Amino acid sequence: MAEITLKDVVKRYGKVEVVHGINLDIAHNEFVVLVGPSGCGKSTTLRMIAGLEDISDGTISIGPEVVNDLPPRKRNISMVFQNYALYPHMSVRENLGFGLKIAKQDAATIKRRVDEAADILGLDALMDRTPAELSGGQRQRVAMGRAIVRHPEAFLFDEPLSNLDAKLRVQMRTEIKKLHQKVKTTVVYVTHDQVEAMTLADRIVVMKDGHIEQVGTPMDVFNHPVNTFVASFIGSPPMNLLPATVQNGTVVFSDGKSVPVPARLKDRVREGQEVIFGLRPDDLTPVGHGIAEAGDSARVALDIILSEPLGTETILYTTIAGQEAQGKMFGPRNVLPGETLEFDLAMDKAHIFDAESGKTVRLD
Amino acid sequence: MMNGALKKRLGAIGLWVLTFILMVVMCVPGLWVVLTAFRPNGEVLAKPPVWIPENPSLLNFAKIFGVGVDQVAIPVPAYFMNSLIIALTSTAVALLIGMSGGYAFARYRFKFKNGMFLGLMLSRTVPGIALSLPVFMIWSRIGLIDAKLGLIIVYVALNVPFTIWLIDGFFRQIPKEMSEAAQVDGCTRWQAFWKIEFPLAKSGIASAGIFAFLTSWNEYALASNLTRSTDSKTLPVGLMDFTAQFTIDWAGMSAMAVIIIIPALILTFLVQKHLIAGLTFGGVKG
Ligand SMILES: Nc1ncnc2c1ncn2[C@@H]1O[C@H](COP(=O)(O)OP(=O)(O)O)[C@@H](O)[C@H]1O
Ligand SMILES: [Mg+2]
Repeated sequence: MAEITLKDVVKRYGKVEVVHGINLDIAHNEFVVLVGPSGCGKSTTLRMIAGLEDISDGTISIGPEVVNDLPPRKRNISMVFQNYALYPHMSVRENLGFGLKIAKQDAATIKRRVDEAADILGLDALMDRTPAELSGGQRQRVAMGRAIVRHPEAFLFDEPLSNLDAKLRVQMRTEIKKLHQKVKTTVVYVTHDQVEAMTLADRIVVMKDGHIEQVGTPMDVFNHPVNTFVASFIGSPPMNLLPATVQNGTVVFSDGKSVPVPARLKDRVREGQEVIFGLRPDDLTPVGHGIAEAGDSARVALDIILSEPLGTETILYTTIAGQEAQGKMFGPRNVLPGETLEFDLAMDKAHIFDAESGKTVRLD
Repeated sequence: MMNGALKKRLGAIGLWVLTFILMVVMCVPGLWVVLTAFRPNGEVLAKPPVWIPENPSLLNFAKIFGVGVDQVAIPVPAYFMNSLIIALTSTAVALLIGMSGGYAFARYRFKFKNGMFLGLMLSRTVPGIALSLPVFMIWSRIGLIDAKLGLIIVYVALNVPFTIWLIDGFFRQIPKEMSEAAQVDGCTRWQAFWKIEFPLAKSGIASAGIFAFLTSWNEYALASNLTRSTDSKTLPVGLMDFTAQFTIDWAGMSAMAVIIIIPALILTFLVQKHLIAGLTFGGVKG
């Protein structure tokens, strides 16, 4: 059993604090993804779990044991690095078996476990090559193989796909997910790519500047972002965030146009409150081109600046109250720049954030 | 007007000629020494010069090793042993220090790191001979004159800046994630070093080793000041034994030079396969 628990974990480099007391409970066999912009402290957090960085304050436990003072080798974890860090002077087989050899397993056990891992990852044909003779995707696979042979309590991944090209990245993403379903283990996975986070995670941990902003299932984080940062970070294209003021039960934009306050948020806003009105492009759709029949919706006529056809949908660039916004057209037809279209704003999907704090006004 | 191809051709030929001249300048003295080792002393200064020895013989070597009728009273075997002991020991120590220091500079952050590194490099700007007087005075106080240990210490000091610098460069090329991966895989830091980082830096360490060995093996200026007798005299110092007040036994000296060169050549050949281009780093994304 390996839950991982972070309690008030702080990391300082000299006087500079880069992780500010984070708390996180990771369940047994859970796939947790730490996501956030570059420099927000994801790797540092992961490396503290691995034992590769000292923990400045707070505690980390793996299973029942506080591991703060244990070296990496005693934490029974394995890690996949961004640059793979395969041992260049060893064959694939030796790379895979290295950990078991260090643990003084007998040759038969090593062979069995290495073959098993090679089988899971489809490495059988590559066993005698050296890392230099492998492609990027194959190296990635060897790195994962090396992680699974030891049957660790937890896998740690630090941006394992970011060195691969786009196509391979999607493919390996699927493989990692399959791997987790096959080899049930706790996984902590770091990425700056929100799509990776959404597709892989049981739970997403959104980080920013050394703080955890939100923890939740992908759908939870997507549908109920707690603040404007999470709202804009998760989802692509990002949520439209428009400054506005609450007046007489309506949300008034800076150009004087208004939409009604969404019914479910009516009693969460004050008259005169400065807010940020948030609406995903999926919920800003030309009439007749929405995903589903809009329930509680408002209508606005908007000028198209640019359209990007993607096949099943077209992304439409427009402006609302002088600010760029993006909408989507499902079941698209050709749209020309300069055209004016009538849009449905799916108000039951709209978000309102307090302008000052950036926090959602929704009650949790 | 010359066309481009011709110009290029002439340029290439010019380069070859230049290379050839440089090679001649570098090789001829060496060749002369080797040839001279096999000729009688009388032939050395003959006019016009005799290039290829007319009656090549091993007589000079026989003399040196005290075989046969003609003898020189030079204790070459003792010098040879001194040289070997001093060069090997000082190289081993310089490598050990170089590895620890190089690793520290490559892997750790510490105060005054850049200053210390610069200091090491600057220490190499002082010519060794300039230090010979102070070293002589100190060594004579503490009884290290005419002792192998005295020379060993001097050579270690001479070589350490270079070994640190070279080995640091090699460790720097090895991503620190390799050692980290090994530690996660179950190694202690020490094991990770010996099983992963050391093998990968081997070629750099071997290069540093050769350099240090050759420096110590060939060094003359300091050794000639700090040694007196067969207790500590090294081969290069021993070369001077061939000069008498009025005569110089050029042929004997050349034979001795060949004796000095041979172990250096052997060592270089033994180690050279490690020098070739290090390892291809396929372990990380290129
Ligand atoms: N060894 C270090 N010394 C000082 N600061 C560091 C060190 N490593 C990382 N940092 C800083 O800590 C912050 C978080 O880094 P990191 O965890 O690598 O971010 P992420 O992985 O989210 O991109 C960054 O601001 C980075 O500059
Ligand atoms: Mg990172």
